[in-house]
Amino acid sequence: MANPSAVCNGHLHYHQKQNNLLKSGISKKNGMMKGIKKNGVSNGSLYKKPFIEHFEQAPMYVAVFTFLSFGVGSVFGYLRDFMRAWGLEKRNIATEREQQKDFVPLYQDFENFYSRNLYMRIRDNWNRPICSVPGPQFDLMERVTNDYNWTFRFTGRTIKNVINMGSYNYLGFAETDANALKTVTKELEKYGTGICSTRQEMGTLDKHVELEKLVATFLGVEDAMVFGMGFATNSMNIPALVGKGCLILSDELNHTSLVLGARLSGATIRIFKHNNTQSLESLLKDAIAYGQPRSHRAWRKIIILVEGIYSMEGSIVRLPEIVSLKKKYKAYLYLDEAHSIGAVGATGRGVVEYFGMNPDDVDVLMGTFTKSFGAAGGYIAGKKDLVDFLRTHSHSAVYATSMCPPVAEQIIRAMKCLMGLDGTTQGLQRVRQLGRNTRYFRQRLHEMGFIIYGNDDSPVVPLLLFMPGKIGAFSGHMLEKNIGVVVVGFPATPLTESRARFCVSAAHTREMLDTVLNALDEVGDFLLLKYSRYSKAAHPELYEETRFELED
Amino acid sequence: LQEKEELIEEWQPEPLVPPVSKDHPALNYNIVSGPPTHKITVNGKECINFASFNFLGLLDNEKVKNAAQASLKKYGVGTCGPRGFYGTFVDVHLELEERLAKFMRTEEAIIYSYGFATIASAIPAYSKRGDIVFVDEAACFAIQKGLQASRSNIKLFKHNDMADLERLLKEQETEDQKNPRKARVTRRFIVVEGLYMNTGDVCPLPELIKLKYKYKVRIFLEESLSFGVLGEHGRGITEHFRINIDDIDLISANMENSLASIGGFCCGRSFVIDHQRLSGQGYCFSASLPPLLAAAAIEALNIMEDNPDIFQTLQGKCKRIHRALQGISGLKVVGESFSPALHLQLEESCGSRENDVKLLKRVVDYCMNSGIALTQARYLEKEEKCLPPPSIRVVITVEQTEQELDKAASLIKEAAQSVLN
Repeated sequence: MANPSAVCNGHLHYHQKQNNLLKSGISKKNGMMKGIKKNGVSNGSLYKKPFIEHFEQAPMYVAVFTFLSFGVGSVFGYLRDFMRAWGLEKRNIATEREQQKDFVPLYQDFENFYSRNLYMRIRDNWNRPICSVPGPQFDLMERVTNDYNWTFRFTGRTIKNVINMGSYNYLGFAETDANALKTVTKELEKYGTGICSTRQEMGTLDKHVELEKLVATFLGVEDAMVFGMGFATNSMNIPALVGKGCLILSDELNHTSLVLGARLSGATIRIFKHNNTQSLESLLKDAIAYGQPRSHRAWRKIIILVEGIYSMEGSIVRLPEIVSLKKKYKAYLYLDEAHSIGAVGATGRGVVEYFGMNPDDVDVLMGTFTKSFGAAGGYIAGKKDLVDFLRTHSHSAVYATSMCPPVAEQIIRAMKCLMGLDGTTQGLQRVRQLGRNTRYFRQRLHEMGFIIYGNDDSPVVPLLLFMPGKIGAFSGHMLEKNIGVVVVGFPATPLTESRARFCVSAAHTREMLDTVLNALDEVGDFLLLKYSRYSKAAHPELYEETRFELED
Repeated sequence: LQEKEELIEEWQPEPLVPPVSKDHPALNYNIVSGPPTHKITVNGKECINFASFNFLGLLDNEKVKNAAQASLKKYGVGTCGPRGFYGTFVDVHLELEERLAKFMRTEEAIIYSYGFATIASAIPAYSKRGDIVFVDEAACFAIQKGLQASRSNIKLFKHNDMADLERLLKEQETEDQKNPRKARVTRRFIVVEGLYMNTGDVCPLPELIKLKYKYKVRIFLEESLSFGVLGEHGRGITEHFRINIDDIDLISANMENSLASIGGFCCGRSFVIDHQRLSGQGYCFSASLPPLLAAAAIEALNIMEDNPDIFQTLQGKCKRIHRALQGISGLKVVGESFSPALHLQLEESCGSRENDVKLLKRVVDYCMNSGIALTQARYLEKEEKCLPPPSIRVVITVEQTEQELDKAASLIKEAAQSVLN
């Protein structure tokens, strides 16, 4: 169950905050669309725009069939393992050395059962090698396998101009236009590619100082610090901020880097239901009232870890509610904007701008440059005290290399473009185009009858497939139609909720989106993917073209 | 309920971060203008670089830069996705993995996009809760974090002390005999570094191999400093000691030192390495290495393969400066004579670590003012398991001429004389 407050016999529920007087959460759909679309700031309302998220549950028969498919897959898996053990079938998997046969086995047989028998069957849908820039279209290398995905071989042909619905290229900055990359080329010539030192030793270049000032200006905060890898930003800085005796309240569906950082810190971790502020509030109340588990001493500090946009669900964090909770209970908020920086908000400044809030309300603003800026690395921004502390105590500053200069230059030019400092309005146009594309794509998919998760404004669009067999079939059919999609199954998602995830980009044109949508229509009919019970007739208002425009 | 409300009102948390004093030694960074190459401009002064780990001088090599430019033209800067989701580029990532595997003479190699994350993701992929890891005391921070993430039982043995390690292994053997069922499923690992970053010496690999087969423990070798430095062709410590590379289960190294790029790799047999493609966290959940950096690494590998005599040259220079730095009053040299990263520690500490650090800073400042860029080795004092004493890091690269080496040695002597006496 993705979001408990949405579930009630599979009915579609709109989540919206009308005003503080009403109890938060569910309001039954009753056809009163006009109430939702009102955009004015009503007094006492936390949300300035309607907050609409969908987490429709599948019909019961789908869940039954999904479990059945996994069951059949496992039975065949055991059969194959049996045949392999008895030599009836060829063993393709790599084996331990002769000299080390009497060592303790490196892997338990059962640990790899899933990857050997279920994942291996559809392995060709992942790790697809590409040979061009990951823009809105790319070229894939064709791979074939002669032994059912154990090994691959390249035929040498490339599949050209495959529409890219999988790369995190939200604002379209993954480009090779020589003019756009002019400054990056120059910096590469001047600085080379390596640094060979850590930030605190000899690795702080003037480029880093420039970049950090720019990031701080972009986000509207006092200071910022940049790191060489987005994943490492979380796993190396959360342990510096919290330690034993602190409490971390982390969302159910947080990214692995946040979970790893929380575990490495040594603090106590408690999990609240995804995007569910009642669950968070009750945890906060209990934490402050009862204190630490055995000694009942007061917690040193409480920190809430949330993400801006959740990459597997497409949901946007309920920031206004969480900020009001944090103020009431004196906790600290750590916001990971990996997917949302640059992708939401009127000028691309992330969820803080999307909800019209003050960046000072969030204690630690973290984000990555990999997704919207077409580079690599991460940042943490906030008050000057926080950033000074991180400069001295972050694991990354002392032991890990700093960001490489050409990558830093790419971020600088992308950010200047977004802020309009390069003299054009290209940045703003990209953000608006992304918003238009997102809304169009989502509305059309809803019309067609697919089950789509997430917020209407999030460019991450998960389309539910449910059954494991359809994962491979969907990806294969879409590739035949020259469209590259990303499919995910267990263990990245719950067992029964395998999905295809689309990442809409500002660089996609209306024609490309239409091609994809038509292909989805056909494949959806062919594979019976249109599970939604709320297709066309329910929302006649959505056909109006003006609905696809952004409301500023 | 009322009580809860009161408790909530009364509770005061600590501030999010404790205040940092303005003259904290780590707060004022050295800012480098321009590339951190052989001649480096630190805080406005031009110096000779003895602080960046640019061992083979490949940081500003023209061929490497051209390869990176070509890759930039073709692919742009970022890869916009992890390896599993259209982030695998054929002629950078797959090519680099093949080349590294061929160079190190192993079956397979896997690339990570950040050096620190390489060993910190590799260890938890194999060693889980309940497994036992024997690790050297002087292991670097990345290894410590990897071990912490793995939640295994950690047993530290004294630095390079094989007798201590054997004692621990024997103790474990007696434990095993008490509970043979558990022992049959508990994996054991030894994690060592080829060339230790914190002490500058090598691990006794031949003895370790003997212990490996005697007690049935697997070896993970971290070769960040020794890759591209030791051995006839730069293949690292296995070539230096002439050991069959298949005897080592996993070799992990980062490309940020000799290869002057960013990222890291692990190499070994396919049986071992392939597992990381699904369970290495830094591999599966993070974007892949930007193509221009991978292309630079490939070109650097080419240069390493075409000029195998640079390794001898580098070792010659290391020996020279090691000799020249002996006998400085007040400072002692820590590290092997062929190690390109040495430490200079105070012979006698003046009481507190803070004061030692201040004293060393004065030595470093003296040298920087006269044109030699040095740095102190930085550690996180509260987080390290076994904190090394404060020291100055001296890094030798192939690009330094003999005059420069001699100048550096004499300058350090002068600085030590004036500051410490």
